[in-house]
Amino acid sequence: MTPVYMAAGDIPTPHIEYGRLAPVLIVLGAACVGVLVEALAPRAQRYGLQVLVSVVGLVAAFAWTIALGIGDQPHHVAAMGAVGVDGPTLFIQGTILVLALMSMLLIAERRHEDSPFTAQASTVPGSPEERESLVAGLVQTEIYPLVLFAVGGMLIFPAANDLLTMFVALEVMSLPLYLLCGLARRRRLLSQEAAVKYFLLGAFSSAFFLYGTAMLYGFAGSVRLSEIAAAISKQGGDEPLLLAGVALLSVGLLFKMGAAPFQAWKPDVYQGAPTALTALMASCTLVAAVGGVLRVFYVGLETLRWDWRPMMWAVAILTMLVGAIVAITQTDVKRMLAYSSIAHGGFLLTGVIATNKAGLSSTLFYLAAYGFTTVGAFAVITMVRDAGGEAGHLSRWAGLGKRQPLVAGTFAFFLLAFAGIPLTSGFTGKFAVFQAAMAGGAMPLVIVGVVSSAIAAFFYVRVIVLMFFSEPLADGPTVSFSPATATAVAVGAFVTLVLGVIPAPALHLAQSAANQLFVR
Amino acid sequence: MTTMNAVLAAGGPELHPQAAEGVQSVAWLLIALPLAGAAILLLSGRRTNKWGHLLGTAMSLGAFVVGLLAFFQMLGQDAEGRSRLVHLFPFISAGSLKVDMNLLVDPLSISFVLLITGVGSLIHIYSIGYMSHDPDRRRFFAYLNLFVAAMLLLVLADNYVGLYIGWEGVGLASYLLIGFWQYKPSAATAAKKAFIVNRVGDFGLSVAIMVMFATFGSLSYQDVFGQASQASQGTITAIGLLLLLGACGKSAQLPLQSWLLDAMEGPTPVSALIHAATMVTAGVYLIVRSHAIFELSPDAQLLVTIVGVATLLAGAIIGCAKDDIKKALAGSTMSQIGYMVLAAGLGRPGYVFAIAHLIAHGFFKAGMFLGAGSVMHAMNDDVNMRKYGGLRKVMPITFATFGLGYLAIIGFPGLSGWWTKDGIIDAAFEKGGTSGQILGWLALIGAGITAYYMSRLMFMTFFGEPRWDEDVHPHESPKVMTVPLILLAIGSVAGGAFLILGDRFAKFLAPVVGEPEAAHKLVTPYTAIVFALMVVGVGLAYVQYLRRPVPRTAPAGNPAVTFARKDLYGDALNESLLMRPGQWLTRLTVYFDNRGVDGLVNGLAAFIGGTSGRVRRVQTGFVRSYALSMFVGAALVVGALFLVRI
Repeated sequence: MTPVYMAAGDIPTPHIEYGRLAPVLIVLGAACVGVLVEALAPRAQRYGLQVLVSVVGLVAAFAWTIALGIGDQPHHVAAMGAVGVDGPTLFIQGTILVLALMSMLLIAERRHEDSPFTAQASTVPGSPEERESLVAGLVQTEIYPLVLFAVGGMLIFPAANDLLTMFVALEVMSLPLYLLCGLARRRRLLSQEAAVKYFLLGAFSSAFFLYGTAMLYGFAGSVRLSEIAAAISKQGGDEPLLLAGVALLSVGLLFKMGAAPFQAWKPDVYQGAPTALTALMASCTLVAAVGGVLRVFYVGLETLRWDWRPMMWAVAILTMLVGAIVAITQTDVKRMLAYSSIAHGGFLLTGVIATNKAGLSSTLFYLAAYGFTTVGAFAVITMVRDAGGEAGHLSRWAGLGKRQPLVAGTFAFFLLAFAGIPLTSGFTGKFAVFQAAMAGGAMPLVIVGVVSSAIAAFFYVRVIVLMFFSEPLADGPTVSFSPATATAVAVGAFVTLVLGVIPAPALHLAQSAANQLFVR
Repeated sequence: MTTMNAVLAAGGPELHPQAAEGVQSVAWLLIALPLAGAAILLLSGRRTNKWGHLLGTAMSLGAFVVGLLAFFQMLGQDAEGRSRLVHLFPFISAGSLKVDMNLLVDPLSISFVLLITGVGSLIHIYSIGYMSHDPDRRRFFAYLNLFVAAMLLLVLADNYVGLYIGWEGVGLASYLLIGFWQYKPSAATAAKKAFIVNRVGDFGLSVAIMVMFATFGSLSYQDVFGQASQASQGTITAIGLLLLLGACGKSAQLPLQSWLLDAMEGPTPVSALIHAATMVTAGVYLIVRSHAIFELSPDAQLLVTIVGVATLLAGAIIGCAKDDIKKALAGSTMSQIGYMVLAAGLGRPGYVFAIAHLIAHGFFKAGMFLGAGSVMHAMNDDVNMRKYGGLRKVMPITFATFGLGYLAIIGFPGLSGWWTKDGIIDAAFEKGGTSGQILGWLALIGAGITAYYMSRLMFMTFFGEPRWDEDVHPHESPKVMTVPLILLAIGSVAGGAFLILGDRFAKFLAPVVGEPEAAHKLVTPYTAIVFALMVVGVGLAYVQYLRRPVPRTAPAGNPAVTFARKDLYGDALNESLLMRPGQWLTRLTVYFDNRGVDGLVNGLAAFIGGTSGRVRRVQTGFVRSYALSMFVGAALVVGALFLVRI
């Protein structure tokens, strides 16, 4: 009988740099406080307390991130090398936190109706219980800690320096999102369907991620990105184990950012989820996912780039084209923006593929620019309402520009930014990304990018034409104003404009963040 | 060629502006104030109807004060320190592409700033009275403020991109203001015409900018002018000609002059500010500002002078035949800008007179336009001079101020026009050679015609027997309109002497356009000839329009008169040269477009749409098929990676 060793003595206590991890810890701590509030506070006070905890947590985390970026010359690994705290990571984390704060404005919105989320998730749609809970005016306040947990996961995901940490972050960020997707107040069946689909496909992709991780461990003997990189340079890249691992890991990552051919979940989920949450997913989750992609490909697999580049080229081209082309025939606003988000994922990949400093900085800039525009656009969608909730079908938007010129004009501005028209952040972002790709010798990618931008411009402009040049519907949707949502729209529009007209400071910030690349 | 060498040997003035300090460092306020005014007035809606016009005027006056302070600060600096750069923000800085947004405060731009904000403010004040009954007065002031902001950006930018943005901005404001009374079809058509004709010129300017960027890799004045001598002669000439095309469009020079007469459909203060004093002179600014390029290309310079002389004669002839008081003044504006363009094409001695005449013209022509507005106000908005007559008694202030402007423009000795126009004629003769003689004599003849048509206008309006319609009861305009008239009249009287005496303006502008080679002689043999021609012109008009009664309907006239009345067949020429072939070309292209290109495009659109519809069907909504697509995708990714290895 082999002796059983007590392992306790052999594992050293990990050294945790609490200061450097504080933004993540604050957000997760706030989430835990939120759980306690849910358990201990009386029902009437929960909403106010939860919003307070969430906002304070996010603001504090953002402030700490800024402080880290300025004070502590950020180029460290923390938590025994499991987490990297460096320029690009802090930029991504800061972006996520601001966008989460903006999304929080939409999530906490109670002017349009009691809450954008269902009164009680456990009731069956259409059942008497559901009606009871609606009449009783119940509000599902658990969403706030769930959102905070998801944001916490998003913060760790791009910072994770080893694949296991990254996997944990992936799950921490995904599980609350699966749940939140199913909590829409209206069209609950569609929402629950979206949640199930997202969960099943997410689980499937997690399996790919994990399988890839296992194979890379088999190749390098470590899950640490830096050690995988070292193993690749030492042993060369011929190992089938390595190539298969890279491929499967990529599948897991590409799924999260919704790149083709792993984009199928995105339209269904974006359409079904509560719009406030769609805003969060389309901005923060995308930023986190691309952040993770950047770290894996820039740190772990950079030396192998001649192997994965053709594959990533194909994925980027396919993503841009699928996103732009399929969007044309969409009739639902949220679905259309989902396909637009897929196409933008393709544009982002062109920056990722460049694997140089320009590529990194332009991708970072693009992420921030796109995030703000997206939250603003979804915020507008929450405002345009019919009797049955948001006016999702595009035909309902006809003539909106004549009745609500300001709202329609702002939405048109966001659409022009998505299309990449000059003097919007979309133009600057595309310009930067394409320039980096061109410098990296990816001319065909740039051409496909420009072509699909042109295709995409068609359906953005179509919506603008529909809003401004069609006769308004007699029973058209109304526009519901509220300070919180209007703030989100205004911030989105303002940043979109500023990054389009005076992009230099933000570009400079992205450049200085990218200057030292990721820490290994 | 000798002058050319002399210019080259002398070397252009060095452009190394220092960073601005003091008031000049906030020169952006010049643009920001009227821009904010426009934004507030346009966005606030009806709420600001009550005080919107006051805000607009205050913003313009504020810009004028900033301009004055910057000007006085400049006077306190030595010649090298008078060009100051205000760094605003780097617009785009990515890789080799670097576009900075800076403002250049130098003697040339500050001269324009003072003219634009000074005359502009007076016209704002005048408009308070003129537009007091218009329900859309707030919108009018918003557009005026927008114009002032764009025009200031045009003259203050330190690079061609900024200039171009301002250039388009003033074009937009001009379009909006010409068509301000859009319910009048003639106004809407005129606005459209101005827009389209200007597009031709703007096209030239934008191509010039692209050529410059391709050649010099930068668009700031400093870089372009610094490297201009290294570019090939052909490139420089091409840039010069393209810039001239731009200038022709904006400044209504032949062959792009036709829009200016129609532009008189706009409210009269607009005609005074935009279509007389400031915007139409942007072409002159462009040529003088780009003098480093024109000096390197004698061909381009020669063409500039030819365009100038041709336009000054054409405008004067048109002015002789018009019975519409505003159109007669518009012809005169064309003609006077022709003088400025001529001067700008003459090289170093001419620049000072071009700008000096521009400023003097800004005063007397704005004054006369506003005077014409005052007359129209009195005559129930009738513009036909044949129905005026004898107004000097009922409108003494308008008559006096208009009369001073009149004396200034015909070059009565001592008044503004005399100093500046004679300077231009002298400069033309000083150019030497046959071309100098031809240009000089034509400019002389133009001065004679100017005296004739302006006297005609004066006599028909203010002298003779009243020929008014029965229901017209003329009266003097309110103070808010006459005070600006008086102030502008003071400028018309004294502006020229102030600028030219003692070469004051030449010395002031020297840091930008270089020192003139010799001091300007105030009296030359030609002065007497100009004076004689002026007397002949006035006398002829006296005989025709004061001694004889003026018929209330225009007589048939001989072919020459018809020729002039029809704007020298400018519209017919445009139609046959541009519109008809254009229409044919359009029809032809439409034909090919329908058959060939449309087929391709429609096919492509149908293909993409069809693909979209087909791919969309893949999105079945079944999670199992999504999972399958993921699985296939994963297999492809794995396969792709291994494929690369093989």
